[in-house]
Amino acid sequence: MSFDVHLIIDSIPRMLEGLGLTLALLILSTIIGLVLAVGVLLMRISGRWFLAWPAMVYIYIFRGTPILVQIFIIYHGMPQFEFVRESILWPIFRDAFGCCVLALSLNAGAYVSEILRGGVLGVDQGLLEAGKALGLSTRQRFVYITTPIVIRLALPAYSNDFISMLKATALASTVTLMDMTGVARTIVAKTFAPYEIFIGAAIIYLVMTWFIQKAFGLFERHMSRYVKKET
Amino acid sequence: MNDDAKKPIIVLEKVSKFFGSFRALKDIDLAVNRRERIVVCGPSGSGKSTMIRCINRLEEHDSGRIMVDGVELTGDTKDIDAVRREVGMVFQSFNLFPHLSVIDNLMLAPRLVRNLPKPERRERAMHFLERVRIPEQADKWPSQLSGGQQQRVAIARALCMNPEIMLFDEPTSALDPEMISEVLDVMVDLAGEGMTMIVVTHEMGFARSVADKIVFMDAGEIVESAAPGPFFENPTNERTKLFLSQILSH
Repeated sequence: MSFDVHLIIDSIPRMLEGLGLTLALLILSTIIGLVLAVGVLLMRISGRWFLAWPAMVYIYIFRGTPILVQIFIIYHGMPQFEFVRESILWPIFRDAFGCCVLALSLNAGAYVSEILRGGVLGVDQGLLEAGKALGLSTRQRFVYITTPIVIRLALPAYSNDFISMLKATALASTVTLMDMTGVARTIVAKTFAPYEIFIGAAIIYLVMTWFIQKAFGLFERHMSRYVKKET
Repeated sequence: MNDDAKKPIIVLEKVSKFFGSFRALKDIDLAVNRRERIVVCGPSGSGKSTMIRCINRLEEHDSGRIMVDGVELTGDTKDIDAVRREVGMVFQSFNLFPHLSVIDNLMLAPRLVRNLPKPERRERAMHFLERVRIPEQADKWPSQLSGGQQQRVAIARALCMNPEIMLFDEPTSALDPEMISEVLDVMVDLAGEGMTMIVVTHEMGFARSVADKIVFMDAGEIVESAAPGPFFENPTNERTKLFLSQILSH
């Protein structure tokens, strides 16, 4: 068996041409997902069944099915419907990029809202009582007490989800997109060297993950600066 | 604002409270005058905390009436907000906001609830930190302070709202013994300045020296209510006698 290190080194710059698309998928989906997650969280903890129930169904569906299946349904399935083709959302469904962002965002929304809910449940009730006793309104308590504490509590799990999202962007290559994995597959088709090329791709993902871990680590340290260090 | 000094500032009439089928408060009647200092004691589970938590509606009472400074507590949020602005509360577990520095803990509610401008907020916060004798801790995180210091910050935080009434829910129960007196000293100061106070505590020394009236509760009822002298020397109720013999026997 031959193993060509040069092929790895040569392929990496070409795969990096897909980096922009990978990052675009990651960042767009993360932002939209986060906004969705906060909305779903508020529905889930609203205490009103007609809000909480749809939120739970949404979370169940998107956590309960593979992202790949969701991308296929959105990309291959939706355009079959006349009303989808005629709706104002057609530019999104027509476009593989739009479909992937949609699927990844909906996924992130479901997972992250559960991560945030764990954080909300972890906030000491005594702090909210103190806020009440001081005359803070429900909204003020949520913004000034709950939110900053939830961010700290949710960060470790959230950074994990962010890295999962990075890897999930590779699924975009299955619907014609030229993200890093998409480029890798094209190179493989030409060179018939899957081993070297995909190792090259793996190296890029690992480097990205390293930076993401570092960044979240710093952020976590900042958000936990007020917590007593156990010695 | 009602300045009539003779009229009680807090009135509870036949207040009852249930947790499920458990009756935590049974027809509580209590009147507290302005500048009056009430100590509430009794065995655990007797409803002491529940009673004072009803006064600023951290608990909702199920029947009876609660009036605070002329405002009746009902489901109405406006009334609840009005009462909470006048009533400061100190908790057993301090409940300082961990993500805010000491001074920011003190400045948060004056900003959000009173809309005080920043220089005034800071001035007021420093004033009360000096009153509780820890101005040098202003820029620390709560987690860097000892329990006694944290509780004094919590008292200062409540005072920053300029409350008419202060409620203390077992303020020294979570403290190491050597820190209890620094908190009680601050409370004694406050009492000396004429603050209306209701204090749930087992500190009988504090009760004896500071209280105008001691209220003894058992099983959700007020079973005895008297000035410290008669309360300690001639308790009339059997349950009070038993309780006092238990806590004063050592």
